[in-house]
Amino acid sequence: MALLQIAEPGQSAAPHEHKLAIGIDLGTTNSLVATVQSGEAKTLTALDGTVMLPSVVRYHQNDIEVGAQAQQTSAQDPTNTLISVKRFLGKTQQEIEQRYGQLPYEFVKTDSGLAINTVAGPISPVQASAEILKTLRIRAEQSLGGDDDLQGAVITVPAYFDDAQRQSTKDAADLAGLKVLRLLNEPTAAAVAYGLDSGQEGIIAVYDLGGGTFDISILRLHQGVFEVLATGGDSSLGGDDFDSVLVDVFKSQTNIHDLNAHELRLFINKAKACKEALSSYESVNVKLELREQSHTVTISRDEFAQLVMPLVKTTLRACRRAVKDAGVSNEEILQIVMVGGSTRMPVIREQVEAFFAKQPLTSIDPDRVVAIGAAIQADILVGNKPDSDMLLLDVLPLSLGLETMGGLVEKIIPRNTTIPVAKAQEFTTFKDGQTAMSLHVLQGERELVDDCRSLAKFSLKGIPPMAAGAAHIRVTFKVDADGLLSVSAMEKSTGVQADIQVKPSFGLSDDQVAQMLKESMSNAKEDIQARMLKEQQVEALRVLEALEVSLATDSALLNEQELAQLREQMTLLASAKEQAQSPDEIKNAIERVDAASSEFASRRMDISIKQALQGQSVDEV
Amino acid sequence: MRYFELFDVPVDYNVDLIKVNQQYLELQRVVHPDRFAGKGEREKLLAVQKTAEINDALAVLKHPVKRAEYMLGERGIDIRAEQQTLQDPMFLMQQMELREALEELPQSDDVEGAIEQFEQQVKTLDIEFSQQLAELLSSDSENDLHQAADNIRKLKFVYKLRDELARIEDSIFD
Repeated sequence: MALLQIAEPGQSAAPHEHKLAIGIDLGTTNSLVATVQSGEAKTLTALDGTVMLPSVVRYHQNDIEVGAQAQQTSAQDPTNTLISVKRFLGKTQQEIEQRYGQLPYEFVKTDSGLAINTVAGPISPVQASAEILKTLRIRAEQSLGGDDDLQGAVITVPAYFDDAQRQSTKDAADLAGLKVLRLLNEPTAAAVAYGLDSGQEGIIAVYDLGGGTFDISILRLHQGVFEVLATGGDSSLGGDDFDSVLVDVFKSQTNIHDLNAHELRLFINKAKACKEALSSYESVNVKLELREQSHTVTISRDEFAQLVMPLVKTTLRACRRAVKDAGVSNEEILQIVMVGGSTRMPVIREQVEAFFAKQPLTSIDPDRVVAIGAAIQADILVGNKPDSDMLLLDVLPLSLGLETMGGLVEKIIPRNTTIPVAKAQEFTTFKDGQTAMSLHVLQGERELVDDCRSLAKFSLKGIPPMAAGAAHIRVTFKVDADGLLSVSAMEKSTGVQADIQVKPSFGLSDDQVAQMLKESMSNAKEDIQARMLKEQQVEALRVLEALEVSLATDSALLNEQELAQLREQMTLLASAKEQAQSPDEIKNAIERVDAASSEFASRRMDISIKQALQGQSVDEV
Repeated sequence: MRYFELFDVPVDYNVDLIKVNQQYLELQRVVHPDRFAGKGEREKLLAVQKTAEINDALAVLKHPVKRAEYMLGERGIDIRAEQQTLQDPMFLMQQMELREALEELPQSDDVEGAIEQFEQQVKTLDIEFSQQLAELLSSDSENDLHQAADNIRKLKFVYKLRDELARIEDSIFD
């Protein structure tokens, strides 16, 4: 093993094989992309030199504008300019209207869920998010240049995002043509950026208040391991809500309450500017010109602080619960890391400092810190740093449960369980000859189904007919490292695998994503076949390279025959990669290599587990 | 006792949690799916399964009730899904009194002091049952194991009290 890893610290083993990987912070207000170059993480700029891409998408009949230009014209074209769509991911119209009140959009229901009517037709929050991601992908490809392909991206999500919101983010990445290496929680990404910088050990808290979401995470840093102990927050509380407090003030001061879409966007934009100005000035005059009148509203920093105090208190309550869930005390917390543009507000800094009795850290730009952490993780995931000790252990933010009799929720996996996690639960039939059963999966902390978020309804079919109570159906819930849920079910006595029909309550089915992807490609006149072929070729190369590395050290784990079989499949894959005309041919060859190497993989894992334990006991002697 | 073996620690209710945590991190370093990001699908799947198993083992060993239930289950007495209730009038009476005291807590003159005192009571009970458990679970006698089962049931009551106290605390200070 050591032979392969001779390299200077901080350098990859083979610098010329540096793989391109990016980290993307898909924010409510702004989005940005970063990468690691020559061992240093940096944010990438657009052609005009800006780093931040306003998360604003304006739809024209035959064109789409993303970023600053779309933002500047938002008050002129409010209904076609989609702003802060991250808040709408994985939500229903009712939830959005209840939560955010008046918005300048016309919501419609489509086959693929909620959409907003624009001149370009109904656009889902996933599609709009995909446009933002696509813009960043193109920025990265242009500025990184070269012939190398982008290997993938780490995309950050609020830690408190539920399964529907995470799945929507992943769908958006697929639509944008990005391979997702990992969905990474924003506070964890920030901790990585800070932790690696300071080399500190111990417990830290990350307070992350963005444009539309709030997260608090408590982490333990120990020898490169970032272990999330607890997380909490509110995935629909952010800077936008502070703006909306000011919008209400404007409304009452001007005595104009029946705003149209243009006026509402004007008020929101003025509110945002006023809020930002209050971070530097004690008092701000806001001029509102509408309906041929001019109004001036004056707001002082103290007044503003008082108005938003209920919002600030909400975040502090979440902090208290997270600290408690983590099983630590405020005194044990070494540092408070501030993330997100909204933490620039003096009232936030003061209140957080008072709560933790410690001055929060703001040394890295709160707007960039998340993207930088994501880039560092992406760099490691594609294998640019084989010596890295870094490991991120994250948790499930909200409990997962099933609906039981009487509209109650039975928790299967409690919140703050370290992921990945798998839990099985047994159910039985309650009627003779019953062959189907339906399950309702929910996420949330409350006891009633109506108070939790509905994730999916599953029907288990093909249960062998038996007497009531005789069939034992084992339902397994799996949450992967991205925090995404999958469910499988089996009847135990017969071993019959029950069919599962997944009906996502929110988001898109795989087929819908594939369909949208096809449509978007044909619009852009990209050759989908060529693109998929290319993707499979990259994948094949990756699989072969990874196996060669493993075989170089551990081929002794296989006997001659096994080794020969594996080698044969690898040779077949190598030639398929060069000669195949269809992506499926390569895909099948990859699957055969996978099958031929599965025993090898399992033995390697057993050996490394043994070594890990022995290494530990040797250290202690 | 697979979970104990997994972390290479002796089978004992008084488990060395510091050692378990150390071993846990060492194991995660080699099995976590992020270590397999560039590998084949099967290897990734295997990594997810192993990691989930290790995470589950840690959760069980860390939690006093789950740990006891697991140890008892491995010795043939599975009470994890039981509906059976406890037959101990004295204990149940005491629990009822504690519950009543808990409900009156928010109205007390010195709420924080009352909470602290209640916490102390719960802690004393916790220690009492846990200490007995360690002995009972290391015994070979069938009778002792059934005694252990009863102890676990009592411990569950104690943990419920603790959760309830936390909930009340939350509602007071929110």
